[in-house]
Amino acid sequence: MTDALVRIEALHKRFGANHVLRGIDLAVARGEVVCIIGPSGSGKSTLLRCVNMLETPSEGKVYVDGVELTDPDCDLDRARTSTGMVFQSFNLFAHMSVMDNITIALRKVLKQDRATAEAKATKLLTRVGLAEKAASYPAQLSGGQQQRVAIARALAMEPKVMLFDEATSALDPELVGDVLRVMRELAEEGMTMLVVTHEMDFARGVADRVVFMDAGVVVEDGHPDQVIGNPREERTRRFLTNVRDRD
Amino acid sequence: MSLSRRQRLRLARGGVYSATVAALVLILLAVDWGALGGALFKWSIVRDQFPDILTTALRNTVIFTIFGFIGGLSLGLLLAIMRLSSVKPYRWFAATYIEVLRGIPLLVTLLILGFGIPIATGWQWPNPYIQGSVPLALVAAAYIAETVRAGIEAVPRGQMEAARSLGMSYTRAMATIIIPQAFRVIVPPLTNEFVLLIKDTSLISVLGVTASTLDLARFGRNGVNDTANATPLVVAGLVYLALTVPLTQLAAWMERRSKAGRR
Ligand SMILES: Nc1ncnc2c1ncn2[C@@H]1O[C@H](COP(=O)(O)OP(=O)(O)OP(=O)(O)O)[C@@H](O)[C@H]1O
Ligand SMILES: [Mg+2]
Repeated sequence: MTDALVRIEALHKRFGANHVLRGIDLAVARGEVVCIIGPSGSGKSTLLRCVNMLETPSEGKVYVDGVELTDPDCDLDRARTSTGMVFQSFNLFAHMSVMDNITIALRKVLKQDRATAEAKATKLLTRVGLAEKAASYPAQLSGGQQQRVAIARALAMEPKVMLFDEATSALDPELVGDVLRVMRELAEEGMTMLVVTHEMDFARGVADRVVFMDAGVVVEDGHPDQVIGNPREERTRRFLTNVRDRD
Repeated sequence: MSLSRRQRLRLARGGVYSATVAALVLILLAVDWGALGGALFKWSIVRDQFPDILTTALRNTVIFTIFGFIGGLSLGLLLAIMRLSSVKPYRWFAATYIEVLRGIPLLVTLLILGFGIPIATGWQWPNPYIQGSVPLALVAAAYIAETVRAGIEAVPRGQMEAARSLGMSYTRAMATIIIPQAFRVIVPPLTNEFVLLIKDTSLISVLGVTASTLDLARFGRNGVNDTANATPLVVAGLVYLALTVPLTQLAAWMERRSKAGRR
């Protein structure tokens, strides 16, 4: 697959003696939505964080939109503007209003003037259903609202690919739906997405492909109906049984 | 007769209380208050301290403190960032600096830098304010660096990660995301550092003073020599309190408020 937007080749990551990623190969095509599932500690977050180099891979290569991020000469600050990341714990800037959270990188990184940045932020806030919260501070919002602001903040940079790391895991059950709806709309609009999730219904309904990871390797990779509905591997089947029992 | 545990406790507490009161009464009776008042707080001498104690001594104490604080804060910020850097020599330098300057008494550092360096090199300090403030700032920086570092470490790691994921450089993220949040936490302890600095300026006069560079402590001491009465030092002490008490109260209030805000 040469025209993949994200390409990961023979990726390894070690934390000291802990060999967390053990040779991952993965390609995500433009407009494709790929969900990553797998047990806790299997390396899903680490893999996602290697895609925007929040973690430095020990071996292997990562390409985003034709740029090799693992190249020592790569300008990472610049390269990171083509990936947007949404964290489990939202990570909104606590000392800034919702508006400033969204515009700060537009103004300081992309050097847009305030009016342009705020017009864009207003549009994005409307899209995630929070136009009236522009002046609020993160602490005044519910978890679901904070996460939607975080999505708007990432989208403002017009990334090529969005990375979601368990975006709904920290939310009260009644707030999960709003965030998933925004993510679903984004997928329908053709955004390329790499989504770590425990929401099997979302993976099944929205993903073009599901990747099952265990112990630092990709165990199974295929259409959601196949990986979730009719897994080939014993490990995948065991994981899915556990997930269903938990719900 | 057997007493319950609680009764015994109450009896013991009552004993300590009555002994304290008795001691205080004895002191009150034994002391010649008229003579003591005349030696510590004689009105005519109190009046003589003004206005110079404010226009010269207080002014100089404030100048030394502010120079020391601004210098100490700037260098302390730099040291804190070096201390948290991923570059080993920076970390090592900052850690050594902090350890050394906190380990030597301020008086000794003042003498080494204020006297020792000119003697060793022939170089002269351009003026007494700089001669006094620079050593003060260098020492304050070591203490402030540790305060700032604690503040930076109190900011959740995710804040830096979110900033970097948006394409901000490490420096930009530090300046716009991390440091502003760290300062919210460290304003109360920094206020306390400022109060310590006010008091530390009283040591600067060991470097020698002219009439125009007298600080509060030296002004009071000179007054004692001139009048053979302790009143000038007591007045100097009161002026220090007028500076420090409002500031420590402010720091305590800010701390209470930020704790309440976090709940
Ligand atoms: N910064 C780090 N330093 C050391 N070890 C780490 C670090 N980050 C992750 N690990 C280790 O890497 C392994 C994989 O962690 P990772 O967070 O990628 O798992 P995960 O699949 O996302 O799990 P979860 O579903 O619980 O989020 C774990 O053993 C973890 O302890
Ligand atoms: Mg994870």
